[in-house]
Amino acid sequence: MTEVIATNETILVVGGGISGMTAALEAAETGKQVVLVEKRPYVGGRVTQLYKYFPKLCFPTCGLEINQRRAKMNPNLNIISMAEVTDIKGEAGNYTATVKISPRYVNENCTACGDCGKAVEAEFDDEYNYGMGKRKGAYLPHRMAHPQRYVLDSAIIGTDDAQKAKDACKVNAIDLDMQEEVIEFKAGAVVWATGWKPYDANKIQPYGYDRIANVITSVEFERMADPNGPTGGKLTRPSDGKEVKSVAFIQCAGSRDKNHLLHCSRICCMASLKQATYPADDVPITIYYIDIRAIDRFEEFYQKVKAQENVKFIKSKVASIVENKENGNPTLHGVDTEGYNRYADEHDLVVLAVGMEPSVDKASFPVEITINEEGFIEPAPENGGVFAAGCSSDALDVNRAVQHATGAALRAIQVVNRVAATEG
Amino acid sequence: MSDLNTAMIEKYRSSFLKEVEANVEEGEWVKMCMQCGVCSGSCPLGKHWEHPPQEIFMMIRAGKREDVLSSDSMWMCTSCYNCIARCPRGLPITHIMHGLAVYSKRLGLTPQKQPTAEFSQIFWDNLMKKGRVNELKLGLSMYFKDGFGQGIKNAMANQKLGQNMMKAKRMNAMEFFGGHSVKDLSGFQKIIKKAQEIEAGNIKDFK
Repeated sequence: MTEVIATNETILVVGGGISGMTAALEAAETGKQVVLVEKRPYVGGRVTQLYKYFPKLCFPTCGLEINQRRAKMNPNLNIISMAEVTDIKGEAGNYTATVKISPRYVNENCTACGDCGKAVEAEFDDEYNYGMGKRKGAYLPHRMAHPQRYVLDSAIIGTDDAQKAKDACKVNAIDLDMQEEVIEFKAGAVVWATGWKPYDANKIQPYGYDRIANVITSVEFERMADPNGPTGGKLTRPSDGKEVKSVAFIQCAGSRDKNHLLHCSRICCMASLKQATYPADDVPITIYYIDIRAIDRFEEFYQKVKAQENVKFIKSKVASIVENKENGNPTLHGVDTEGYNRYADEHDLVVLAVGMEPSVDKASFPVEITINEEGFIEPAPENGGVFAAGCSSDALDVNRAVQHATGAALRAIQVVNRVAATEG
Repeated sequence: MSDLNTAMIEKYRSSFLKEVEANVEEGEWVKMCMQCGVCSGSCPLGKHWEHPPQEIFMMIRAGKREDVLSSDSMWMCTSCYNCIARCPRGLPITHIMHGLAVYSKRLGLTPQKQPTAEFSQIFWDNLMKKGRVNELKLGLSMYFKDGFGQGIKNAMANQKLGQNMMKAKRMNAMEFFGGHSVKDLSGFQKIIKKAQEIEAGNIKDFK
């Protein structure tokens, strides 16, 4: 049974992505007791799936390592992975949270040696790589995963594979009898940091994501660029595995559109500008945009990418994509705004710069909370001691999400300080 | 140039956008266009337009009054509604195109021999006679709109179609002599007359 020691002076952080981790660490480092509940088997969230950050083009693994080290070193922080908050009752200063913990089937003896992974045969779509590539039924979600511990896919439990994994383990880390647990504990304040998910590109019907192999999303392209990703860092066409010789980016794929997401997702312009630096400099790149939103200090990065000789900008929202059946090339149709020229441009690979939507939908919040029409949490007094952090509050880049999360941690600290003052 | 047109130029000298907002159906939406171009790219007849919708909206804002109102473009709209379905800002583009066509017609700026405009006029005249559309006469008017010789050619070319429509009882040769009518024709004509008076009154108010 998972033990959680918590009081009304404990801060509960829901979601262990970059925002949740930041809020949890900032609060824990001030001496507060923090319980971090994360749905995935590891912390770090979607930032772990990024190859590079904009605008510095440095690696997220760097900051991730620092945060994971801070987490390991801090005795005030209790991370519960593979867990979901199913209910929160009470009011600011006195909440009771119900948390459902899924069985990992691997205990803390695990040394991440990988013997179980080699022993099992069943393979599944690798969610870490957005379904590109496969992972085993016993797996480490990614190289830097924290906790650094394997997971058994619940689908192999009860099959021969589960026994093979158990037999292969030399440190007695596999426990096939683990059960789902439901635990309850107290908290004085809640930081809600459930983050975002990429907008479902299948809903943008004219772009044919569901029917054209060489139309992919920006998050998939990001995995592809990563040397540890499904293609070993090679930018290849999903249809034939050939290296791409031309790339097109379509901006506002789902954002700023009353048929999809009403809001501007803010990160996609910069993400595409960043991704335009991934291919070799002899690969022609075309960016189709309505307007480039590289705000404040990002303008410089935009100008830098604009100066790249292989990068071309076309001011137009692409109307539709049709596949050239002979070579699998997506053909982009539309009319540009600088001259109103009708175009039908063929590219090797098309990347949809998909928008950000909140990962928790309106109906699924286990707690009373004020949501705006885009599905993000509003900072309302009715939320009591529940504070949004990062992308659950708005579409934010990592930098702004971290700033926002730090602010949320402070709000949560204020609540538990009040509790401490009254309880003496 | 019509009197109304002169009056309108006088009134909205500085802003064609304001003129469109005040006088064109759904014209107040024009300023909401963000020039993404999805309407033009999604239009099945787009390549036949001199100025695609997105360009028309920009021209309105740029004050290109003559170019817009005497353009043939908005008459090309077939009301397929693709643009409305896809517009990320929800502009009722189809309706604006029809609104512009109607306004240009009112001002007498519609290009001569524009087929859609001609058909619309023929349809209206036909409908006004009996309060019902006389299919036979509508077809004949269309065939013969460019002269007798061309009319005969058109009629011969579509002979088979006409015969099939008769067979299927979709058209009646007897319609040639008078044709069917609404029950209260004079009442119908009074309604239309009144509507036209109201509309004329609106136009007077513009001055």
